[in-house]
Amino acid sequence: MRGRGRATLWIGACLAGFFLALAILSYVWTPYPYAAMDIAQKFRPPGPLHWLGTDQFGRDVASQLMVGARTSIAVAVVAVAIGMAGGVPLGLWAAARRGSLTDEVIQRGGDLVFAFPAIVIAILITSVFGPSALNAILAIGIFNIPVFARVTRAGALSLWTLDYIRAAQVAGKRRARISVEHILPNVANLLIVQGTIQFSLGILAEAGLSYVGLGAQPPTPSWGRMLADSQTMMAFAPQLAIFPGLAIVLTVLGLNLMGDGLRDLLDPRLRRRS
Amino acid sequence: MLSFVLSRLGSLALSLVVASLVIFAVVQIIPGDPATFMMGLNATPASVETLRKALGLTGSLPVRYLHWVGGMLSGDLGTSYTYRVPVAGLVLQRLQVSLPLTLFALFLSLALALPAGILAAARRGRGADLTVMGFTQLGIAVPNFWFAMLLALLFALKLHWLPAGGFPGWKAGVLPVLRSLTLPAIALALPQAAILARVMRSSLIDTLGQDFIRTARAKGLSSGQAVRRHAVRNALIPVLTILGLQFSFLLAGGIIIENVFYLPGLGRLIFQGITQRDLIVVQSVVMLLVAAVIVVNFVVEIAYALIDPRLRRQA
Repeated sequence: MRGRGRATLWIGACLAGFFLALAILSYVWTPYPYAAMDIAQKFRPPGPLHWLGTDQFGRDVASQLMVGARTSIAVAVVAVAIGMAGGVPLGLWAAARRGSLTDEVIQRGGDLVFAFPAIVIAILITSVFGPSALNAILAIGIFNIPVFARVTRAGALSLWTLDYIRAAQVAGKRRARISVEHILPNVANLLIVQGTIQFSLGILAEAGLSYVGLGAQPPTPSWGRMLADSQTMMAFAPQLAIFPGLAIVLTVLGLNLMGDGLRDLLDPRLRRRS
Repeated sequence: MLSFVLSRLGSLALSLVVASLVIFAVVQIIPGDPATFMMGLNATPASVETLRKALGLTGSLPVRYLHWVGGMLSGDLGTSYTYRVPVAGLVLQRLQVSLPLTLFALFLSLALALPAGILAAARRGRGADLTVMGFTQLGIAVPNFWFAMLLALLFALKLHWLPAGGFPGWKAGVLPVLRSLTLPAIALALPQAAILARVMRSSLIDTLGQDFIRTARAKGLSSGQAVRRHAVRNALIPVLTILGLQFSFLLAGGIIIENVFYLPGLGRLIFQGITQRDLIVVQSVVMLLVAAVIVVNFVVEIAYALIDPRLRRQA
């Protein structure tokens, strides 16, 4: 089992790392400037000049994909950061005050946010502020907060019953300090695994939002919008619809495999099960 | 059981109230004056004033909120500014597309996921299990709107088996409607089926390790019989919870999928509302979607407690 967990982790890390590397590389080099139009070269199929072909304006698809990776990854990373920054303290607080009114309010609040799927939050934000990548970040980030709060609370609750935490309490440490010094380091594993999963969900959500026009706006390339643009041209230029989709699938697959592998590796209790 | 239902009912009501307050605040307070927002920059003060009256935006905020909620409760969702018709009528019309689509997708996802999950659990660690798990890994990673585009490319544009989009309306008959909803429902169902199959598998594996299954085997049932007669039914309980959660994903997914196939459902209505700055439509439809999710989760929780009495005590 351990061997398979390792292999899953490595395959996943390589896939996700590849797209991360592309995103970083795009800051210093892309095969062509991503927005450069060349109408004479429009709708080229993949070939030696344009590896993944060109779009309706003759723009290089590979270059756009590389810059699009930037958008996807940045939105997902910031959304995970928002989720952790908001959710982890709430989860720690709820666990430290288990059964109190605070705990109840935090949990019910989480349920309420879950009733607003990320796209509905994005729609609400967009209907007021207009579409932008910031909307996507906020919508996905807000949705992430209760996810991290739940994971943190669940992990922390079982720790609070352990003897060394009791000892710390008896020694006179305050609950907040115990949460930060003893609970947090011990739920970090859970948070890393959940962070990977939310990262991949964030990539999917960003793609969906920018597909319907609620995410990054032109001229910033994003995978979702490349797909939306390609839809009307799918019949004669299917490659335009295929490559951005493959990029999304491979990135998300990589992150999911990485999450599974990390969980196997970091949580010894799971190793014995399936 | 009664006290459990009552306490859940209380939290249902509270959730609905808080959700409506949040939506009202975002749509009506944050943009400042909705009438000015809807008319845009070139509006004359007089026309803004007329719109404000027409929309019932003249009172104070609490009065407007109560008016909106009271209207919602009596089936009056306000009047669409762009269509100049009651929103309730628009919603009913759009539901004729969105509701069948959601149910169709739910059915497909169950029909696909349960057998796959059961097969994988029964053949744990063997070829069938690895195949199913591989497919679920892929199903979770594929964005449903992209899968929808690929389906349209293959089955509509290349093979011409099914329409690439649009909705013929129920007057055209059941068959054309089903044909137009097939590809969207498959696209919507696939990622949900992948998740559901995984839950079914792990739940069944847990159940198969329990004592009553060993007893069933000891009294002479074959492993297949033990799975069919005893394990599956017990393993379905967690699946039911996930199914409730999935309703919200199907609704949300539907918003995007309707755009891929140009289906005139609730999702399209929301997007038209956004582009035309029709805040009344956005506000009411979002509230309806959120209310649907909250109510479905409530129903699932009650059903869950009916099936498994252990859960009632936690209330």
